[in-house]
Amino acid sequence: MTAAFPARPSACPACAVAPSAEALAETSAPREARLFLSLPTIHCAGCISAVERALHATPGVRAARVNLTLKRVAVEADPEVMADDLVRVLEGIGYEAHELDAGVIAATATDKAGRDLLMRIAVSGFAMMNVMLLSVAVWSGATDFTRDMFHWISAMIALPTIAFAAQPFFRNALSVLKHARLNMDVPISLAIILAAGMSLYETAQHGPHAYFDAALSLTFFLLAGRYLDHRTRAVARSAAEELAALEVPRALRLRADGTEETVPIAEIAPGDRVRVKPGARVPVDGVVAEGQSEIDRSLLTGESLPAFAGPGMALSAGEVNLTGPLVVTVTAAGEDSSLNRMADLVAVAESSKNRYTSLADRAARIYAPGVHLLALAAFLGWLWISGGDMRLAINIAVAVLIITCPCALGLAVPAVTTAASGRLFKRGMLIKDGTALERLAEIDTVVFDKTGTLTLGTPEPTNLGDHARRDLEIALALAEGSAHPLARALADAARKAGVHPVPLTDIREVPGHGVEGVLGGKIVRFGRPAWVGAEAGDQTAAWLRVGDARPVAFTFADRLRPGAEEAVARLRAQGLAVRLVSGDTPAPVADLAARLGIEDWTAEALPGEKAALVQALGEAGAKVLMVGDGLNDTAALAAAHASVSPATALDAARVASDIVLLGSDLAPLGEAVTTARKATRRIHENFAVSALYNLIAVPIALLGFATPLAAALAMSASSITVSLNALRLR
Amino acid sequence: MEVLAFLIPIALFLGGLGLGAFFWALKTRQFDDPEGDSRRILTDDWDDRPKP
Repeated sequence: MTAAFPARPSACPACAVAPSAEALAETSAPREARLFLSLPTIHCAGCISAVERALHATPGVRAARVNLTLKRVAVEADPEVMADDLVRVLEGIGYEAHELDAGVIAATATDKAGRDLLMRIAVSGFAMMNVMLLSVAVWSGATDFTRDMFHWISAMIALPTIAFAAQPFFRNALSVLKHARLNMDVPISLAIILAAGMSLYETAQHGPHAYFDAALSLTFFLLAGRYLDHRTRAVARSAAEELAALEVPRALRLRADGTEETVPIAEIAPGDRVRVKPGARVPVDGVVAEGQSEIDRSLLTGESLPAFAGPGMALSAGEVNLTGPLVVTVTAAGEDSSLNRMADLVAVAESSKNRYTSLADRAARIYAPGVHLLALAAFLGWLWISGGDMRLAINIAVAVLIITCPCALGLAVPAVTTAASGRLFKRGMLIKDGTALERLAEIDTVVFDKTGTLTLGTPEPTNLGDHARRDLEIALALAEGSAHPLARALADAARKAGVHPVPLTDIREVPGHGVEGVLGGKIVRFGRPAWVGAEAGDQTAAWLRVGDARPVAFTFADRLRPGAEEAVARLRAQGLAVRLVSGDTPAPVADLAARLGIEDWTAEALPGEKAALVQALGEAGAKVLMVGDGLNDTAALAAAHASVSPATALDAARVASDIVLLGSDLAPLGEAVTTARKATRRIHENFAVSALYNLIAVPIALLGFATPLAAALAMSASSITVSLNALRLR
Repeated sequence: MEVLAFLIPIALFLGGLGLGAFFWALKTRQFDDPEGDSRRILTDDWDDRPKP
C-alpha cells in the first residue's frame, strides 16, 4: 500500500497521545485498581455529571470523581477494568480522554509546597486581621497605657507569626545574598524584619507608632502573590508531568528460545533482538532481522509517506511500525540512540531561552537597589537634620522601606499570569514556562510544522467520486481486511458513502505491500503501486487492480487539524507573518499551504535546517513562534522565541515547547497570542500603578509624615488595585 | 476598660477557631478542586435522594 500517513498507533486522537496506554495494557496485566484519565475538554457542571454517570454505569467501576481544576478523573475499579475501555466509554459520550500513569500522578497529587504556602497565608491572615483590629483602636485615639497594652498584644501575635509565615522570603533572600545578588525577596525580608524590630523597640519605649499591622499585611499580600504564582506553575507542571507519564519506555526483548519478555529500554544492549508489533513505536536504533512492514517516520522527518521495511533495513528509535510484526537487531539503545542525540540538539538551543529576563526580574533589578538607597538617604539625611537623633532617623528610614513595600510589585506579575494562564487553560492550553506569556506577546512570525501539527496525521480519501461503483465495492472489501490506516480511512469513507463490500474469497494481508483477495477467479489487489503494478506518483495513494485491468489510484490527503484554518487566519489578521516548514515532499506541502493561504513555505527541510531557519529569522530580528510536534521540530522549538506543541507531539517536542495544546483543536492558538499581549499590557499597567503609589507615598515618608495608618492604606489600596486590574483579563 | 481583659482573649479564641477550621479543611483536601466544587452545586443529580 502506498500510504501517506504519520501513523498513530490508534485511530482516536486522544489515544494517539498515549501510545503507552496500549503498551501498558499489553505488558503489565491487571495492576492498580485506581486509574487516572486526563479530560482536556471538560468545562462545566454538566460535563462533570455526564462523565461520572457514564463511568459509574460501566461494569467494574466502583467510584469515579472528576477534578475540574486539574481536568482529570480518578476512577476506582476492579483490576480487570482497563483504562482503554474507559477512554472508549468517554469518547462514546463525546469527551476526549487520555490515560495517565497512576504512579506519576500520585506523586504530583500531594502538592505539599502549595499547602504549606496556604497554611502560612492563613496564619498571617489571621494575625493581620487581629492586629489590624487592635491598631484601629490605636489609630482612633487610644493613648498611654491602653496604647502600650495594645501594642504589646500586637507584638505577641505578630512576632511569632512573622517568624513562621515569612520564612519563604527569608530563605530566598538568604540564598540570593549568599551569591551576592539582589532579588525582590531582599527588600521584602528587610522591610518585614525592620518593621517588626523597630515596632518592638518603639513599643518598649512607649512610642506612638508601631508597624506590626504593616509587617503582617506585607507578609499576607506577598504570600498571596507567591501562592498564585506557585499554583499556576504547579497546575502546569503536574499536567506536563502527566503528558510525560504517557510514554513508558519499554521494549519486547526476544530470549534465545524465541519467547518474549518485557524489559525497560535501559536494559537493552546492542546485539539484542527486539520485537516491534504493528502500531508500536520502535524503541531503539536497529536493523530489521525478520518480517516485512511499513514504517512511518513522520515524527522524525516530517515525511508523510511511509517507507517499506524489510530485512537489512536500518530503523531509528521513534519511528512507528505500521502493518506487520518486525524483529529488530539492536545497534544502539538508550543514550546512543538517534532519539537521544536529537535531544542534545535541544539542550544546546535551550540555553538561549534561559537568557530571557522576565519583566518581574527586570523590575526587581531597578527596584531593590533603589529602595535601599532611598531608605539609606532618608536615614543619613534625618540624622544630619536632627543632629544625631538615631531613633527618629531609623523610624523614618523604616517608614520609607515599608511605604515603598513591593506589595503591589509582588502581586503585579503573578496576579496577571494566574488570570491569563487560567483563561488559556480553560481553552485547553497549558503554559509550561513562567516567562512564556511575556515571550509569546512579543512574537511577530509564526512558523508551523505540517504533519501532525497543521494536519492530524489521519488520512482521508480525496477521489472516491471518480471511481466506478464496482471498484469501490471491491476496494472496500479489501480495505476491511487490513488495519492499515489508509485502508481504515478508505473503509470508513466508503461505508459512509453507502457502499457495500462485494463478497471476496481468500482475503489475505501481505505485510508491507497490501491486501489481496479472489473475486470470481480473478486476483484483486489493493496496496502499494509497485506490488499492484502501477507507477508511483508523488501523491499519497493506494492502488487497486482487478484481474488484469489497469490499476486505479485512490488518493489520500492528510486530514486538516480542526481549527487549523481558523488559527492561521486569526494569526494573520493580527499582522503576524505565517510560514510553513515541513520535512515532507513538496507536493503535499504546497497543497496544504494553498489550502490555508500560506504563501511562504519550505518543503523537505531537515531537522537541522528547520532550526537554522528559525535561528536565521531570529538573527534577522524576528521573534519567532514555532509550532511543531515531531522530533525533527524539537531543535527548532527550542531555538524559537516561543514555542507551542500539540498534546499528540513526541515527548521531546513537548519538553522543548513553552505551551502545550491539550485538545486536538488548534483554534485557541490565535487567542493565545491576543491573551499574552493583553497580559503583558496588564503587567505594565500594574507596574505603573505601584510606581504611582510610591510617587505619592515616598515624599510623605521622606518628610517624616508617614504613620502606620498611611502605610496600611497605601499597601491595601495598591494591592487591591493591582489584583482588580489583573482580573480584567478573565 | 476591664472588659478588654475578656474581650481580647475571646476575639483571639474565636479567630483561632476559624484558623483551626481552615487547617482542618486544608488537611482533608477540600481545596483540591475549587473549580469543580463551585460547579457541582449546580447539578441536580442527587437532589431527590442522597448519594448512596
